[in-house]
Amino acid sequence: MNWLTNFVRPKIRALVRKADVPDNLWDKCPSCGKMIFHRDLEANLRVCQHCGHHLRLDAKRRLSMLFDDGEYQRIELPKVTLDPLRFRDRKRYADRLKEAQARTEEPDATLVAHGLIGGRPAVVAVFDFAFLGGSMGMAVGEALIAASRLAVLQQAPLIVVPASGGARMQEGTLSLMQMPRTVIAAQEVKEAGLPYIVLLTDPTTGGVSASFAMLGDIAIAEPGSIIGFAGARVIEETIREKLPEGFQRAEYLLDHGMIDMVVPRHQLRETLIRILGLLRNPRPSAEVVALPQAGIEIPADAAAAAAGEGAQGDR
Amino acid sequence: MPHYLDFEKPIAELEGKIEELRHLGGDSGVNIADEVGRLQAKAEKLLRQSYGRLTPWQKVQVARHPDRPHLVHYIESLIDEFTPLAGDRAFGEDRAIIGGIGRFRGRPVMVMGQEKGNDTDSRIRHNFGSARPEGYRKARRLMLLADRFGLPVLSLVDTAGAYPGIDAEARGQAEAIARCVETSLSIEVPFVAAIIGEGGSGGAIAIAAANKVLMLEHAIYSVISPEGCASILWRSAEHAKDAADALKLTAQDLLRLEVIDSIVPEPLGGAHRDVPAVIQSLGDALETALLEMSEIKGGVLRARRRDKFIEMGRAGLS
Repeated sequence: MNWLTNFVRPKIRALVRKADVPDNLWDKCPSCGKMIFHRDLEANLRVCQHCGHHLRLDAKRRLSMLFDDGEYQRIELPKVTLDPLRFRDRKRYADRLKEAQARTEEPDATLVAHGLIGGRPAVVAVFDFAFLGGSMGMAVGEALIAASRLAVLQQAPLIVVPASGGARMQEGTLSLMQMPRTVIAAQEVKEAGLPYIVLLTDPTTGGVSASFAMLGDIAIAEPGSIIGFAGARVIEETIREKLPEGFQRAEYLLDHGMIDMVVPRHQLRETLIRILGLLRNPRPSAEVVALPQAGIEIPADAAAAAAGEGAQGDR
Repeated sequence: MPHYLDFEKPIAELEGKIEELRHLGGDSGVNIADEVGRLQAKAEKLLRQSYGRLTPWQKVQVARHPDRPHLVHYIESLIDEFTPLAGDRAFGEDRAIIGGIGRFRGRPVMVMGQEKGNDTDSRIRHNFGSARPEGYRKARRLMLLADRFGLPVLSLVDTAGAYPGIDAEARGQAEAIARCVETSLSIEVPFVAAIIGEGGSGGAIAIAAANKVLMLEHAIYSVISPEGCASILWRSAEHAKDAADALKLTAQDLLRLEVIDSIVPEPLGGAHRDVPAVIQSLGDALETALLEMSEIKGGVLRARRRDKFIEMGRAGLS
């Protein structure tokens, strides 16, 4: 402890701390360019009321949006070696990390929480794009492994919400190794017979899309999200032509058979509740239908059909 | 005419002189053996010096050397009765990835990997070793086939990366790679991968999540090309050299980080200077790796493969 840590650091902290956003701010929609009253935008889950464009949602907002009554418990994630390569470009990675931690008040880019969704337990891992572009390094890999193991322990489904540009270059080949590591996380949930659902948000690209994010039992995407392997600029430079309209958007992936559905943010929760209910409850939730009593005549073709079903059931 | 890299210029000059002398000697009948011998010793010393301490950026050049042996050369020498298998059974045949069954030192195996090609025609045919989703779906099919018949899988990695194109994205490049990794981590047969040239990002790990990962001495294995990294982080591809340093993409660095399991030595002056020798040493290393696993049951092999990746990067870095 010296005067520097005692006096100067808190002041620097105060300088970089996020200022409280006053309620009277206006935002500009990046898609239609119209102005939106800040409070309206937040109340509308950051969906533009003019054009329906989905702006990025921060990780905590995402968690409270998905869980019943916005209530959830976060789990503490394993600590990892920071900056394993002592990577330095124009800036030190260690400094980039510290800045991102100060700005987001989170240790890294993934948050893991558990709680109830539609009255049933669920584990959710969400990415925070504000933390170094949601990039995947050791900490993100550990978070997904922890989330997967918690889901298996609780016998609960795992829902992952990526928002990431891909692997974190500053962790070199170790970041590439998060691809197999997160794939194993997904496998553990699937092999435990639990639903593994991926909710793709803007953006899901690179090593993240080429690992756990594309392996969901069910893949849901938010409208307009960029989802793909290679970056648009890299593709343009390689093939030297303009990319088609809507390329790598959620709707493009739906048309190409890569995802199950594109669901607007307002309907995500109810969609998830319905899917989890269907996957997790083999019996219908409606009241029990009485069996036909003996003596009631069953039409011949219906009886034959029932016999046929029975035979199939014997597989 | 051999191809010399920029940093090999002094060696090129010496070897040029040796050639010249030999020519002269043949014409004039003067005894030049002593002089040639002296120059050869000098050239060898130079080679030993420069290849003994290649910078990461120089290794990038060596790994991409046009005369460096490729998958087809290894298959030709190491695999008997090689029977190539084609197609993903869904869309097409991607020649950027070659694979098939054959006999490796007596035992049947599945062998696969990326092929870059060695001249303009073959480079175009193999798309410079950059596979589309069909290639990865074929690799996945071959792994499942190997699993069904208990064949060990040998995977030789040599790619700048998966192909970044409109068609590749439209057919699900990300999903194809993800599925390939998933299958790599599911099969219950011995699985050995070797990075023989460039291990470029997702396109490489797609077929390299193996029980044992070997790497040739001067090969590289990276999350992004140094050029790509430089253009993003330094905002200029001219910093590729700095990026190559920072990315820790050499076999020596990756062994320290425990991302790979062992390094296969290359002949003096790199694999391209003595192709039969490097093929022999890789063959020996592959055989050793397979022998180590020959008594282990499939389920255990799979569990160990997964444990290895789960533990990777957790210990001993700080």
